[in-house]
Amino acid sequence: MQPSRESQSTEAVLELHVDNHAGTMSHICGLFARRAFSLEGILCLPVGDGSTSRMWLQVREYDRLPQVVLQLEKLEEVLSVRRLPESDTTFRALATRHLDPEDHTAADDST
Amino acid sequence: MNNHNENRAPKQTLTGAELIVRLLERQGTRIVAGIPGGAALPLYDALGKSASIRHVLARHEQGAGFIAQGMARVSGQPQVCIATSGPGATNILTAVADAKLDSIPLVCITAQVPLALIGTDAFQEVDTYGLSIPITKRNYLVRSAAELLRVIPEAFRLAASGRPGPVLIDIPKCVQNEAIEVGEWPAPGRRAPVPLPATEDIERAAAMIDAAAQPILYIGGGTIASGAGAAIRTFADRNGIPVVSTLMGLGAMDADHPLFLGMLGMHGARYTNEALDACDLLIAVGVRFDDRATGKVAAFCPHAKVIHIDIDPSEHGKIKHAHLPLTGDVAAVLDAVVPRTRARPRAGWRAEIARLRATCPLEMPGGDDARAPYGLIRAVARAVGPDAIVATDVGQHQMWAAQAYPFSRPRQWLTSGGLGTMGFGLPAAIGAALAAPERPVILFTGDGSILMNIQELATAVEQGVSVKIILMNNQSLGLVHQQQRMFYAGQLFGADLSVAPDFSALARAFGLHAWDLGDCADPEAAEQMLTTALAAPGSVLIHCPVDYAEHVLPMVPPGAANVDAIDHTASTTVASTKETRHAALA
Ligand SMILES: Cc1ncc(C[n+]2csc(CCOP(=O)(O)OP(=O)(O)O)c2C)c(N)n1
Repeated sequence: MQPSRESQSTEAVLELHVDNHAGTMSHICGLFARRAFSLEGILCLPVGDGSTSRMWLQVREYDRLPQVVLQLEKLEEVLSVRRLPESDTTFRALATRHLDPEDHTAADDST
Repeated sequence: MNNHNENRAPKQTLTGAELIVRLLERQGTRIVAGIPGGAALPLYDALGKSASIRHVLARHEQGAGFIAQGMARVSGQPQVCIATSGPGATNILTAVADAKLDSIPLVCITAQVPLALIGTDAFQEVDTYGLSIPITKRNYLVRSAAELLRVIPEAFRLAASGRPGPVLIDIPKCVQNEAIEVGEWPAPGRRAPVPLPATEDIERAAAMIDAAAQPILYIGGGTIASGAGAAIRTFADRNGIPVVSTLMGLGAMDADHPLFLGMLGMHGARYTNEALDACDLLIAVGVRFDDRATGKVAAFCPHAKVIHIDIDPSEHGKIKHAHLPLTGDVAAVLDAVVPRTRARPRAGWRAEIARLRATCPLEMPGGDDARAPYGLIRAVARAVGPDAIVATDVGQHQMWAAQAYPFSRPRQWLTSGGLGTMGFGLPAAIGAALAAPERPVILFTGDGSILMNIQELATAVEQGVSVKIILMNNQSLGLVHQQQRMFYAGQLFGADLSVAPDFSALARAFGLHAWDLGDCADPEAAEQMLTTALAAPGSVLIHCPVDYAEHVLPMVPPGAANVDAIDHTASTTVASTKETRHAALA
């Protein structure tokens, strides 16, 4: 199915490279709460030795996206922020896998 | 119950602010303490029209928070404090955190900038929701007036239910102004019932109690919250079980009851901590094994099996393994367990306790002289009688009062236990006087603590409450000096208060009457002055000079085992050994 024009224009996925310390997650979530930005999805994985992490944020803030990026960049623990192209499927793939009980991709991965 | 009809009302259009006031009225709220400001003005406008809610204007939002806490600690019911957005909210948060650590039911309403301005660094905008996450049981940022109908009763229910605690409701100004049509009112939020533990576990508890030769009841603030005083006394009497209390549990048991061993832990009597060392069953009731109570945990009741009764299951095994954890309202659990046990006097164990009490009693030097700390506290208690409510600040005076005051009732003792907040005392005492105007209210405070919320003297005078302030002035942050003497080689640093205001003159400037025990040449004159001052109408301040070298003893060095307390004989010689210094740094 083609994503509708509307969903393309309201949702964005940001990829962040962040310092991996105990407060990072809470600072980033806190920023979204405090600024009333809407955060729809969040994924986080350590990179290499774990001193930094990569984070993907699904954000429903089209008009304010530049402001969201600027505020994220201002956080000390955020090393870089990049907007992924609209064709990125990171969240869509996970969401459909969860929603479809017939889909056993997760189990199939190991074979 | 015909709740439905009662909750149905002809449709009306009300603003969010009017809704808040109506919902508070329906909760039975009679007094709220707070300070208005820009974002709270719609709420204040509605409050000003309430026929049944009295607003107490504090002089600092922390004062408002502690006034509400004082009312809550005395009544056991959730009480309300209000602050405006930004600085009002940040000022009130210390009182909220204090309520969290002492499990006090509090509903804190903060105003917020309009929704459209949230996130823009608007005037007096601060992320109150984010700031309050770790210090509340639950917090809300209300986004529409309609949500108030759910949130406010829920806040009261959560504050009072299970383990009580603070709930914060952040309400944007536009939500206060939003008008909605209301036809049906929600039922007021009340404490939810708590199920009893499984019968097998209740029977196991009874069997463990019957099998024990040397059991001890270790009671805390949970016994006060659950109204378990009578259940504890019955249990102790029927089964011959000695009782020790935490700072927060004082009052659940009569101080002069023969089975009461006083406060345990850091400033407990030596015999109390020795008895715990010897017990074979610890029946822990409404306690959380705080480090000030247990000392070094590995050495706490090393020979004992543990039954831990608490309403909060996450307390089980948090610090010390419980052989039998029981989750439930502690009074109800005791009522279920105790009749299943065998009544017995335990004469042998009581004789051993009597021996310990005789060999290492709580020493109270100066206990007969109202010009010395212990004597002063005993003399005040004699003068005001058993009906009094006793509030304290934080420091040596607090510990002296905990050790020496003859408590006889739950909810008689108001002290900041978990957070240990200097400045708690005066506003909490005002709250107590508002909640129980028929009782005398005493405040023991220090020259450091009183200055942290001294502005509330104006509130006390304005409200016409009667709070008797016993200011124990040792010209220092006494408890800090004590630790510096004991554990930091005697370097007294950063805690001298010898350049100080004339406290009696200060009290008079606020409109109180003041007396000075320093004017008394002998104990009789001091006792005489106390009696006169405590009988005077309204709020008074009694200035009591205390020798700055006085220590609270015994004292367990932080991190050491309770049985290794420093006491009166040892305090001069043992001070600042390498070991204790290490422990203090740990
Ligand atoms: C708000 C706050 N700040 C600092 C402390 C640390 N502290 C604990 S007791 C104490 C000294 C209290 O002095 P005072 O009120 O004069 O009582 P005293 O110990 O002299 O009886 C201090 C500074 C505290 N408990 N609370």
